[in-house]
Amino acid sequence: MPETITVRVNGATVEVPAGATAAVAVVMARAKSRVSVAGQPRMPFCGMGTCFECRCEINGETQKRGCQVLCQRDMEIRSNG
Amino acid sequence: MASTRLHFDVVVIGGGPAGIAAAVTASKSGATVALVDDNPGVGGQIWRGEAQTASTPDAADWFFRLRHSPVQVIAGARVFHLESGKLAAESDRGVLDVSYRDLILATGARELFLPFPGWTLPNVFGAGGLQALMKTGLPVRGKRIVIAGTGPLLFAVASYARKQGAKVLAVCEQTSFQKMARFATATARTAEKMKDALRFAWELRGIPHWTNCWPVAAIGRDDLERVRLSHNGRIRELECDYLACGFHLIPNLELPKYAGCAIANGFVQVDDFQRTSLPHIYCAGEPTSIGGLEMALVEGQIAGHAATRNENAARRLFAERAACARFAAALRSAFEFRPELKFLADPDTFICRCEDVGFERVRQYGSWREAKLHTRCGMGPCQGRVCGSAAEFLFGWHIDSVRPPVFAVQCASLAMVSAASNLNGPKLNGGPQ
Repeated sequence: MPETITVRVNGATVEVPAGATAAVAVVMARAKSRVSVAGQPRMPFCGMGTCFECRCEINGETQKRGCQVLCQRDMEIRSNG
Repeated sequence: MASTRLHFDVVVIGGGPAGIAAAVTASKSGATVALVDDNPGVGGQIWRGEAQTASTPDAADWFFRLRHSPVQVIAGARVFHLESGKLAAESDRGVLDVSYRDLILATGARELFLPFPGWTLPNVFGAGGLQALMKTGLPVRGKRIVIAGTGPLLFAVASYARKQGAKVLAVCEQTSFQKMARFATATARTAEKMKDALRFAWELRGIPHWTNCWPVAAIGRDDLERVRLSHNGRIRELECDYLACGFHLIPNLELPKYAGCAIANGFVQVDDFQRTSLPHIYCAGEPTSIGGLEMALVEGQIAGHAATRNENAARRLFAERAACARFAAALRSAFEFRPELKFLADPDTFICRCEDVGFERVRQYGSWREAKLHTRCGMGPCQGRVCGSAAEFLFGWHIDSVRPPVFAVQCASLAMVSAASNLNGPKLNGGPQ
């Protein structure tokens, strides 16, 4: 079995594979990464730090691009969606 | 927030194949070299996450050389300002204030995304986007996936998804069968590309590959439920869990433009030694032409040699680069966009995903600048990286200005740099501000 890490997305516990990014944790938690200006739910899109759709709050720091941050044990991820 | 001062003879920005090759090559001369990348690890997009487990001998070889070189890898650092002999980057450890003698820009490419109705729905990803998410842990076992758009990347994504246990329903390529066939013949002339082609043919056996096929709508209430495709003039629909859609690659020109490097026909202008129009600034890989992995590696090596004044060693690689350029030319003609792709969006389809600005609102303006000023299109956190590139194709606009900071960063980082530097604009060419 591959190693897993436990993180929390909007309070819910999610097990992600080691090496997963926060953006992946958001998708696995079936959460949305943000709500757009017009109120649409959005998810990670480009996966490479360009589109900013996956921005969320990580361990209290806002506006982090989830796809550029590796999950650490007990990481606290808050998405808007 | 802390600030750290560093100095290197050569700084390479971008840790993909071109950047790795440039850094390793430059370090062989005894120069001190740093390799700076925005991502948490090096490898770029094509070798993402492969530092430990490389997928090809080429990747394994270059990661080995990098590990055994004195190159200082600085990952997770976003370069947001450049000026003569200096750059500023934001990282989790604070602001890095880095000075250098020579700079090699190996900023790579990103996918081009073209708007179509429903492209903002959850579970619609970029093609490389889904690839990146899978490579960073997203499980796709049992997921029904449609892969669409254009370019050879679609095969790579399909193959990877299938290996992860996904059910790939179709690979939809907008170009014609004739053009694909010509591309296959052209690439079959090099052993390396032929091997790739045969591998993909085997790995993708049984998956429909449709040419003359492109997405016209992604449909679903809350999440994606199905995708509507135009295929050989007919409309067909596929129910699926994920749609991965990307329209080949466009160069990341923000930093070269910000530095003031001359751009010609959408690419950074370089001479035989990968020198840009500015002294001490080199460029290698996709920003000079979309040429693929081998081209990036050879350009990176040439830049690494040139930046450390080993012109003869650089010259010995010119023939190899010329061979790669033939592949780049084949790529260009094979995956040329059909005009229908300009008319996929409905009037209210968002062009700008950051500010939610619709197609019709943007279209009525005469230029990118005007559209920005009136609609806020391109003024969100991605700074037009998605919609600006789409607008260039859709409306034929020229995206001229890149403003500081070249990347959205925290105010504290800006304050750190503006105390010491002029943040009004790049100063590398000494021209008027």
